[in-house]
Amino acid sequence: MKVRTGRIAAHVFMLAMVLLWIVPVLFALYVALRPEKETNRLGYVSVAHKLTFSNFSDAWHQGRIWHFFMNSVWITLPAVVVTLFLASCVAYVVSRLSFKFNVALLIVFTAGNLLPQQVLITPLYRLYLAIHVPHFLSDSGLLYDSRLGLIVINVSFQLGFSVFVLSNYMKTIPRDIDEAALVDGASLWTRYWRIVLPLCRPAMAALATLLTTWIYNDFFWAITLISHGDKRPITSALANLQGQFVTNQNMISAAALMAAIPTLVVYVLLQKQFIAGLSLGASKG
Amino acid sequence: MVVDTEVQAPPPVPRRRRRRRQLTRRDKIVATLFVGIPLLLDLAFVWFPALASVFLSFTKWTGVGSLHLKACGKPPLPGLPQPGCMYGVQNYNIAFTNYPDFWPAVRHNLIWLIVFMVIAAPLGMLFAVLIDRGLRGGRVYQSVLFLPVMLSLALIGIIWELIYSNNYGLINTIIGHNKNNNLIDWLGDPSLNLWAILVEAVWRQSGYVMVLYLAGLKAVDPALREAAKIDGANEWQTFWRVTFPTLKPINIVILVVTVIESLRAFDLVYITGKGNPVKGLELLSVEVTQNIVGETQRIGFGSTLGVVLLVISLVPITIFLVQTFRRDEEER
Repeated sequence: MKVRTGRIAAHVFMLAMVLLWIVPVLFALYVALRPEKETNRLGYVSVAHKLTFSNFSDAWHQGRIWHFFMNSVWITLPAVVVTLFLASCVAYVVSRLSFKFNVALLIVFTAGNLLPQQVLITPLYRLYLAIHVPHFLSDSGLLYDSRLGLIVINVSFQLGFSVFVLSNYMKTIPRDIDEAALVDGASLWTRYWRIVLPLCRPAMAALATLLTTWIYNDFFWAITLISHGDKRPITSALANLQGQFVTNQNMISAAALMAAIPTLVVYVLLQKQFIAGLSLGASKG
Repeated sequence: MVVDTEVQAPPPVPRRRRRRRQLTRRDKIVATLFVGIPLLLDLAFVWFPALASVFLSFTKWTGVGSLHLKACGKPPLPGLPQPGCMYGVQNYNIAFTNYPDFWPAVRHNLIWLIVFMVIAAPLGMLFAVLIDRGLRGGRVYQSVLFLPVMLSLALIGIIWELIYSNNYGLINTIIGHNKNNNLIDWLGDPSLNLWAILVEAVWRQSGYVMVLYLAGLKAVDPALREAAKIDGANEWQTFWRVTFPTLKPINIVILVVTVIESLRAFDLVYITGKGNPVKGLELLSVEVTQNIVGETQRIGFGSTLGVVLLVISLVPITIFLVQTFRRDEEER
């Protein structure tokens, strides 16, 4: 009897929470689907007379969603690929060779990733203004205000977490496997690329999902290290759109929801991967 | 799944076998590059700035003209850009005694942390425990509660503006405060806005804690719980006396995530203020940023605030590192 009331209480609690969690999202969708004129008259909490996609199409054209989305793609994809590659290299060495400073190395990477971004930003900002790069890599000629600059900082910052996760994962792969390859005369590169890396596919997939979402969702680096609104990736471009459509919340919310589509796709299709990635980072005891 | 394999300690490797390993010259070069390039990136773009902020915090520099290693004298001709100079602990002095936003920012960060600690973390743990006990529909609950973790904080800020909107918003309409004479300005009123923003932050953070905690709970040996049950412990006792202590590693992860995330808090406030400072929402992270994105850059002073943030964040970072790497050290 007592157990049953407990169960019912648990369900009631969870249902209430789920409602609290889903309402803001659905509410934003509802507002985005209604014409501004109507909500100005009736408020957001009212029965819709007309549902329309015009906010979405207006935001798409006036807010140049596709342009900003492509900015994000050209920052996120290279950053994820490079992070995974570099992190797996470090992780391989740390988990397979016995250096005296293995642990120190891991500490440097892991601790770096835990720093709040704002600790770095002031000197980093000056550094980005000071580093000149050829124009074919950056149209500003600097790391500041360039796509390359955002890729570099996202890679550097996310390396820490990725090294931590991958080295833990690689440690669970038996050494015998690449020991056997060593006997066959395989080089270090071959052992890494042909033997250990393929075995890390589950961890790499989980990490790729996580990194893609994080870097796509990044707001801070882009706000501080990009000066031309035009070059911003989409998440931080939402801040400009807010200024652009300042009186039209319906359109802002349509734009914001469109910006979230890639993460919602990940949410629907790759949720397991995402959670696995987070768990990998957390379960090293 | 991956999580399960993760918890097992790797089999101990006899030292001798390690030593027998032979590296060719080429292998050594490859290994050096494998570590060297990522390390260089990490040092140049993470650690160098972090440490440079300590140095810069003792200077006064507008970013115009170069930085000199001379003590700041009297300001030269007014209107001329002043080169950077050594300012001693003046910036800290100004921050602690003169800068009106400093103590409010510290207080707000602290409130943020406390709310994360006493509301978001326990709430996330509760979600995880309930779902882990095999509540029917648990997977659906988990998916919904997890949704905000996937969304960017910028988006979260925007969708909650609709909830809090003065005239049209969900809350004011429901409680009847949507007329121009009785509006509640949730996001503008300095005595309310921090709490309003914290609701948004908790909304996201508890889902995050839940996912981390679920991973931890899955790794707990079910036999432990069974044994406690047989011994006559009720659910409450079983959790606190048996399950919770075995979750120490994950508890530390959650503690660290909680502290770090509350120090990093930035995006929600930036979106809510449309990039402008908002009274009532001062945070250290926001203050740091204002000193470089504003019209007059104060590199030295901005760094000073960064150092304050650095010193605070070193506490949880150290706890995490000690807990995580102590065992590695013991193994060698």
